[in-house]
Amino acid sequence: METTSVTHRAALVRAIAAQHTAHRGALMPVLHDVMDELGYISREDVEAVADVLNLSVADVHGVVSFYKDFRTTPPPTHTVELCRAEACQSVGAEALYADTRSRAAKLGEDVEVHEVFCFGNCALGPAGVIDGRLHGRLSTERIDALTAGWRS
Amino acid sequence: MTTVYVPGDAAAVSVGADEVAAAFEAAGVSVVRNGSRGMLWLEPLIEVATDDGRVGFANVTPEDVEALAGGLDQPDHPWTEHPSFLGVVDEHPWLAGQQRVSFARVGVVDPSSVTDYEAHGGWAGLRRALSMSPAEVVAEVTESGLRGRGGAGFPAGIKWKTVLETQADQKFVACNFDEGDSGTFADRMVVEGDPFTLVEGMTIAAHAVGATEGYVYVRSEYPHAAAALRRAIDAAYTHGFLGRDILGSGLTFELHVRIGAGAYICGEESSMLDSLEGRRGEVRAKPPIPAISGLFGRPTAVNNVLTLCAVPMILADGGAAYAALGTGRSRGTQVFQLAGNIRHGGIVELPFGVTLGELVEEYGGGTLTGRPVRAVQVGGPLAAYLPPEQFGLPMDYEAFAEAGAMVGHGGIVVFDDTVDMARMARFAMEFCSAESCGKCTPCRIGSTRGVETIDRIIAGQDVSANLVLLDDLCETMTKGSLCAMGGLTPMPVQSALRHWPEDFDPASTGSTSERGVDA
Repeated sequence: METTSVTHRAALVRAIAAQHTAHRGALMPVLHDVMDELGYISREDVEAVADVLNLSVADVHGVVSFYKDFRTTPPPTHTVELCRAEACQSVGAEALYADTRSRAAKLGEDVEVHEVFCFGNCALGPAGVIDGRLHGRLSTERIDALTAGWRS
Repeated sequence: MTTVYVPGDAAAVSVGADEVAAAFEAAGVSVVRNGSRGMLWLEPLIEVATDDGRVGFANVTPEDVEALAGGLDQPDHPWTEHPSFLGVVDEHPWLAGQQRVSFARVGVVDPSSVTDYEAHGGWAGLRRALSMSPAEVVAEVTESGLRGRGGAGFPAGIKWKTVLETQADQKFVACNFDEGDSGTFADRMVVEGDPFTLVEGMTIAAHAVGATEGYVYVRSEYPHAAAALRRAIDAAYTHGFLGRDILGSGLTFELHVRIGAGAYICGEESSMLDSLEGRRGEVRAKPPIPAISGLFGRPTAVNNVLTLCAVPMILADGGAAYAALGTGRSRGTQVFQLAGNIRHGGIVELPFGVTLGELVEEYGGGTLTGRPVRAVQVGGPLAAYLPPEQFGLPMDYEAFAEAGAMVGHGGIVVFDDTVDMARMARFAMEFCSAESCGKCTPCRIGSTRGVETIDRIIAGQDVSANLVLLDDLCETMTKGSLCAMGGLTPMPVQSALRHWPEDFDPASTGSTSERGVDA
């Protein structure tokens, strides 16, 4: 996506937004589609979406900044999302999260470790999502095994 | 050819069900991706259809598949000798004692098959509802005593009556599928395992209140459920259960799926409506209630997934049949979710009235770690922590309210004796400060001040004065917040203070810091 030229990106974002103009409350689906296509939402994307949907830039920026899923910077190569809500805490999620964050750089290049509050896998915690895949009963060893390919 | 059932449920997938399914397919076995039976500690739990019923195998790995797949269709297959053999799944003691109404089809049917749904009693409620007037449908739901399963427990029939009687050019049905509370996964499991029930329940709701359009707001953390629901909605359109002139009744109902974006507060109904409108998920002041002015300012029936999933059965078998279950003013069944540090975690559906202790100790089998239970949180992160001394409490909205707690959505999170309750109280405030929408001051600022005050108590600074301050802050949040986020965050905090004051006492920090390491 780094290779996407600025004008090409703007055209793409405008086309995505235009697909939703007939829908009520189109902004959230548009922003999700931009995330899916381009990985993040840039300042210029916000302006393009606002223009096509006939909203103010402030309105769109306000929505982008409210929701955790909407990134405003390019995504990393790999992501580890760990639940640290109560059910996972009861089986050691706090220590696992702290440990994994401190070891993020050792797991591989360009790895982000995030906290999430609940994946609905509360009977098989600690739960986490590694590069988009949900896992249960996570441990330091299990995370090492699941991310082994990042270090080869 | 023998069919093997391998759950496609996200929890089963999280412990390897996809790899098991792929191994069976590679071995030439036909695989159905059913939902989960809810015995989550046994996942991946695969089933094979036999003349005696479906037999199960627990904790199956891809390495087991070769032994299981070979000769599956031979009558003398040595199943019973396999170490993971469970016998007939329906006769498993954990399932046999339950009374599954909302979860009757979950784990049994193929969630992608509209015909399998119909073969298991699907669409009977919708057919009966369409033969009745909207007011008769509302009366049936009122008679059932069904109360909102999202946590608040508001009578569904009364809400629907308000929407029905409010005049408008358009009305909506909105399903709150932003199941963000830790310890809850029943909404997710019913949609992944039996999505047509939600489609049917919403279509009945549309007929009952006069809505022509519906939205399901699914949290983004639930991609498996969103995919299952979209498949079901597409199939329902194809077979005439959604769209124009449903089953020749003249009813038109269009159903849309919308995905959240990682904001817990959007599980609050008015925030969810703002999010559906394409805005920041900020709480609305009430009145007006959504039943009068909801989505896009129109009358809207906002219901939780399990509330809507109870509706098809109520219409098929009658409100009286549902009301015959339960206790006091808590009618029907509740889908309890056993979670956290628990040996046998999963879904237990029983009529209201079962005790907390029966659920945690008999069904749950105590803690996973084998240590004594110290605390359980019932009803989500905004609900009370209870000590084992209160295990005699019946699961009943009113009985719990009297004990200063709440049944909520029936999620039960178990902690062993290593838990530090001052840390859990701090976390309740931290969570509120992380997830507050920011609209009202008691919640936005109170939660941050709450974290700081508990930090000072834990550090032993001016403890008695800070405990008074914390109590005062909790009262301000309870009385002054716009919604349950700020209004109920004090509940876990104050229940922890009430039942485990020693954890807030720096004089006994020896045991507390030891707990802190483990927890």
